[in-house]
Amino acid sequence: MIDTIVPSPTETAEPAVVDGPPKMSARSVGVFYGEKQALKDVSVDIHDDKVTAFIGPSGCGKSTFLRCLNRMNDTIAGARVTGDIDLDGEDIYASKMDVVQLRARVGMVFQKPNPFPKSIYENVAYGPRIHGLAASKGELDGVVESSLRRAGLWEEVSDRLQESGTALSGGQQQRLCIARAIAVDPEVILMDEPCSALDPIATAKIEELIHELRGRYAIAIVTHNMQQAARVSQRTAFFHLGEMVEYGRTKDIFTNPVQQRTQDYITGRYG
Amino acid sequence: MSSAVATMNRWTGEEMQKRVAKRYAAERRFRFFGLAAVGLSIAFLAFLLVSMAWQGLGGFSRTETKLTIDFPRSDLILDPAALKGPQAQEVVATAGLEGVLEQAAVAQFGEGAGELFGGGSARSLGDQLIADPGLLSRKVELWLPVSSKADVAAKGDGDPAIEKLVAKAETKRVFNGEFLTASDATDPSVVGVWGALKGSFLTILVTMGLAFPIGVLAALYLEEFAPRNRWTDMIEVSINNLAAVPSIIFGLLGLAVFLNFMHLPRSAPLVGGLTLALMTMPVIVIAGRNAIKSVPPSIRDAALGVGASKMQVVFHHVLPLALPGILTGTIIGMARALGETAPLLMIGMRAFIASPPAGITEPASVLPVQIFLWSDEVDRGFVEKTSAAIIVLLVFMLMMNGLAIYLRNKFERRW
Amino acid sequence: MATSSGHTIKAFDEDLDRLRALISEMGGLAEHAIRESMRCLVNHDLDGAAKIVEEDKKLDALEIETEKRAVQLIALRAPMATDLRDVVAALKISSVVERIGDYAKNIAKRVPLLADRDIEPLSLMPEMAKIATQMVHDVLNAFVERDAETALKVIERDKAVDDFYNSIFRTLLTYMMENPNNIGQSAHLLFIAKNVERVGDHATNIAEMVYYAATGQHIMDRPKGDDDMMVETV
Repeated sequence: MIDTIVPSPTETAEPAVVDGPPKMSARSVGVFYGEKQALKDVSVDIHDDKVTAFIGPSGCGKSTFLRCLNRMNDTIAGARVTGDIDLDGEDIYASKMDVVQLRARVGMVFQKPNPFPKSIYENVAYGPRIHGLAASKGELDGVVESSLRRAGLWEEVSDRLQESGTALSGGQQQRLCIARAIAVDPEVILMDEPCSALDPIATAKIEELIHELRGRYAIAIVTHNMQQAARVSQRTAFFHLGEMVEYGRTKDIFTNPVQQRTQDYITGRYG
Repeated sequence: MSSAVATMNRWTGEEMQKRVAKRYAAERRFRFFGLAAVGLSIAFLAFLLVSMAWQGLGGFSRTETKLTIDFPRSDLILDPAALKGPQAQEVVATAGLEGVLEQAAVAQFGEGAGELFGGGSARSLGDQLIADPGLLSRKVELWLPVSSKADVAAKGDGDPAIEKLVAKAETKRVFNGEFLTASDATDPSVVGVWGALKGSFLTILVTMGLAFPIGVLAALYLEEFAPRNRWTDMIEVSINNLAAVPSIIFGLLGLAVFLNFMHLPRSAPLVGGLTLALMTMPVIVIAGRNAIKSVPPSIRDAALGVGASKMQVVFHHVLPLALPGILTGTIIGMARALGETAPLLMIGMRAFIASPPAGITEPASVLPVQIFLWSDEVDRGFVEKTSAAIIVLLVFMLMMNGLAIYLRNKFERRW
Repeated sequence: MATSSGHTIKAFDEDLDRLRALISEMGGLAEHAIRESMRCLVNHDLDGAAKIVEEDKKLDALEIETEKRAVQLIALRAPMATDLRDVVAALKISSVVERIGDYAKNIAKRVPLLADRDIEPLSLMPEMAKIATQMVHDVLNAFVERDAETALKVIERDKAVDDFYNSIFRTLLTYMMENPNNIGQSAHLLFIAKNVERVGDHATNIAEMVYYAATGQHIMDRPKGDDDMMVETV
């Protein structure tokens, strides 16, 4: 008389396709440094208005993969990328794709804040200037102001735009770098451990900034801080030894991951 | 309790004290040696400067003496009107002023007093007459520079007979401005460094104008754009070796290629500059490459991340940051080029040039060569002139270095 | 008891083990309380009953301790996935076990009020309580061992407890209808029976929490065996 007990279908069983077409998609991506294979068979999607986090232990290939998305690995001698990476359906490694334009459409923020040794204004204005995005000085001023506002830095620096960018504090420098990336009006923003060099308050400000930017840009963030990935992202991919082990909704990954390796890593049983 | 005591004894016990004392002693010794090294270097430098100054400062002054000349009574035939005309210099030069001087000197000081005056005195007299032709109608007392022999004697180094003569006359020491405005001459009393200075200046201009852009661009290309393979490795080794090649080899190269093959004008700053450029370029390339290598990759990444092309990264970001280092290399190269003698001798810049060069294709001399040539001269008067020229060279180098350091500091930017 | 395995930070393992030990201890106390209350009921042991009421305080204290430790663990260790589910389950289970202890206390409180030892339904009670107590024992073991299968089996046994309850209910009704003098006693016995039946239900609640903690999935609604009682009465 007792019905058999049936576990309810879980959320991870739902397909991710309900997100809509991805902004960037990677299929079977591999990266070789000379003979050594650093990344194998990675397939992942990055969606508009979602933050996708890449987590994993050191040396697992998450930064390498991130750098594939804007072809920064091209600058490393001996690096070879296989597989398919598309931006809005176009293969970014096709010969007709201009790398310079790609990097304007897919911006990057680095681990250690690296503002140019120029004034704050120049830092933000450099990108729009070299891409010809502003027709006049007035327009350029406008772009600089809106970028700094969106990066949450305008209030703090509006009266000292001519000061050197390197004179700011670490957190402000990182926000300046974000403003610099925003100034060229990208479609995707890649962040490589943006908070690892910052104190908790600066980190919180940047996380809040990421939350605000989410509506406008597709964001991919590499982080070795799992709590940050949990706080900030909606999709998470776990990398291990050059492979992508699991990809899914952040809340599923952190409450009930499918793969044992993922579980071991996030509960601190790894290593 | 006992472990705490033991720990305390470990750090305050006798053995520890001995170690501490030894360490302090070592530090003191090191500080002493450091100071001694610095002191020794300063002593050598001071010795060099002081001896140069001692010997050379004399060259900046000359002796003048008062001479009474009775123009109406002299044998001088000179038309005052001619002195106002355009041919005044020629007229004065051919008027036989030296005879007048000898006459007046003998009249004033006695037999053999003609030794007191020389070509320079005559020239000075001529200049004074052109300035005031009215002198010709009067008996006047004029201050005239003495001859080289008398100048040397006045400074205590010359012939005893002349010294006696000089003692009789009323003399004064004045600053010899002509030293800086005149060119080479046979008479040491009228000799000047201006010709050589201008020649040096033009040569350096050509050298830097060629070596700097070519060297910097070569460094940029090799460091940023060239692929890393065996060929580029060989190029790097070759450039490093070139920087160590003795400078006279470059002179031979210049002789063979620029003079014999390309038939460029001999002894011109153009050729000198070309030769020195060949010599300076490796230094600039090496310093440039090091400076470019030291620009942190984070700046390049940042620029690439914003969508700058490789060339924009190099010229907007890398080059400005590497500029201080490049300028340092340039300073070193330039200092070396300024002081080079051997290669320039080989390409013929050893001739006697009596007037400053008008352009880079005119025959010229450079200051180091001038110093070399003067040091070879027999006439005693050239001794102090040589030292004076060395002082001028040092000052010139200091000025050029100062300019380069100023430029470097202006471009210094912290990243 | 399965010890927590292989956190890189060993203190984390120790914290989780201590939490599980607390649950085990609470479970032991609760089981003892139910068994004792049954024994006192059957033997009409007033002193024993008083002791049970007194010892319930220990259980309350343990619940507070467990809650404190669980909150600390969450704050300090930031547990994820299985660890997080375990801690949340421990938190919830501790309050359920405390409830079970309260039921035992309730039964003990009624012991002085039952003068007549010969009420027939009384003989069914210990048997029912034994099953319920065994359920609690097994399900708490399942929690410590992270054994989802055992938890499922425990849920199935609740049917037996519910059947017992239905049977006692009918018997007591009949008893009460036979002799109105018995109503007072019977009413108490009804409550006691209900308490034991609730213990069984709570054990299945715990089983659901254990299942979720171990597998990350929820059991669908399970059938409640005492619903058919609603149909029978007027």
